[in-house]
Amino acid sequence: MKLNKYFERSLWVFHLNTGSCNGCDIEIVAGLTPRYDLERFGIKLVGSPKHADVLLVTGPVTSKMADRVKRVYAQTPDPKAVIVVGTCGISGGVFYNSYNLSGSIDKVIPVDVYVPGCPPRPEAIINGVLQAWIKLEKLRKTLKDNSPAK
Amino acid sequence: MMEVSLLEIIGRIIGAIIIAFIGIVVGLFYKGLDRKLAAKMQARLGPPLRQPFLDFFKLMIKENIVPENAVPWIFNGVPVLTLVSALTILFYLPVGSIPPLLSGYGDVILIIYLLTLPAIGMVIGGFASGSPYANVGAQREMVMMMSYELPLVTTVISIGWKLSQVYPQINVFSLEVINNHPIWGLVGPLGFVGAIFLLLTLAVVTPGELSKIPFDVPEAETELAGGLLVEYSGRNLALFSLADATKTIVMASLTIVLFFPYNISPLFHLSGFLAIALDTLFFLVKLFLVIFIEVTFIRVAVARFKIDQVSFAYWVPISLMGLLGLVLIFLDHII
Ligand code: SF4
Repeated sequence: MKLNKYFERSLWVFHLNTGSCNGCDIEIVAGLTPRYDLERFGIKLVGSPKHADVLLVTGPVTSKMADRVKRVYAQTPDPKAVIVVGTCGISGGVFYNSYNLSGSIDKVIPVDVYVPGCPPRPEAIINGVLQAWIKLEKLRKTLKDNSPAK
Repeated sequence: MMEVSLLEIIGRIIGAIIIAFIGIVVGLFYKGLDRKLAAKMQARLGPPLRQPFLDFFKLMIKENIVPENAVPWIFNGVPVLTLVSALTILFYLPVGSIPPLLSGYGDVILIIYLLTLPAIGMVIGGFASGSPYANVGAQREMVMMMSYELPLVTTVISIGWKLSQVYPQINVFSLEVINNHPIWGLVGPLGFVGAIFLLLTLAVVTPGELSKIPFDVPEAETELAGGLLVEYSGRNLALFSLADATKTIVMASLTIVLFFPYNISPLFHLSGFLAIALDTLFFLVKLFLVIFIEVTFIRVAVARFKIDQVSFAYWVPISLMGLLGLVLIFLDHII
């Protein structure tokens, strides 16, 4: 896996709904409106996981969706990050222990950043993306330090 | 046949590399400007001007996924074809008072053919990626291509015809000739109105040719998930973005050559290097204005058409407008 300093400045986001109530989804869209304007950080919403760098996953994983989530994750080209938005995806939230859930998102795919809230405010989502930046920066540093060329 | 020496060939090759590089950089810069201005019009801050460069460098390190049911050699070859054909057109376009690199080797008819190549490439790539979304996108792109070709050709033919009537001896489709004889000075009042119609026609064809809103049906992000490009990732997507940037300045330059080929240096009685520098600068300003009006402004002001609306718009009102322009110029000549 390769990383460079341009990566964090140009995150393309694919939004994946795994059975959320649409509350979190609206907050994500609110982040793109002129008031919050995520595009000033180079963040862009894309229509296909093949173009994405970040998966924004909302909602508890219903048992039908579990396989699809894995497939979308596999379709996203490396390097990639996963951000979970909303309490649902973290613990199940209001749908906790429901009969048709296959559990939180991190049971299905590896997660990098959690943004709690039901739904989280757009500021919190922006902060979540920022945490992903910081994480990627650290990763780049460790990759550089461990590279055999040095 | 023209005599070509080895030195000249090497000079041309070096020139081609330089022009391709400058074309890409300028194209990406204008893309950044376009995004910034679009954001400003929507009362947003917008991404930094160098965002397209950042996007490009990021895409270059991304993994390149080839879908299982794609045809790999076509799938990977098409982005290169698209970029190369877009860059080739640059070699035929005069910039300000600088003559084109390959002047004398091709004319505006060749450019029209070359302009269809990126679109055809993307259609082939869409079919080769084996995704239903890309399939629908490719079909839409084909329909679009068939729709906007007639108005585009009408525009070019009208200007060529007028030039051929005024100067029967010269090669009227050569871009240098068109560049040196602006249409506005050759026509009377009726023809002037006709030329305005032709200019409008070309202005509407441009966003279609570039697959920009409101004519971005082949890449519709909300319905087709990226359409033609849905399966492309990493390096291939980066090449497509370069081709898109290059095509934008190519189409804008075509508008400039056909309708606004004026230079600023004669105004200041300059000559030599200073004149070329000033003309190039002026050309960049014209390029910016044309891109701003034809791409950015239209993109922000209106929403996406449906595919049947697009094809109706091009076949009926826009084609009629182009033909009306042609008829007016014709009438202007015979009266
Ligand atoms: S966290 Fe709350 S708002 Fe978000 S999807 Fe779950 S229930 Fe809806």
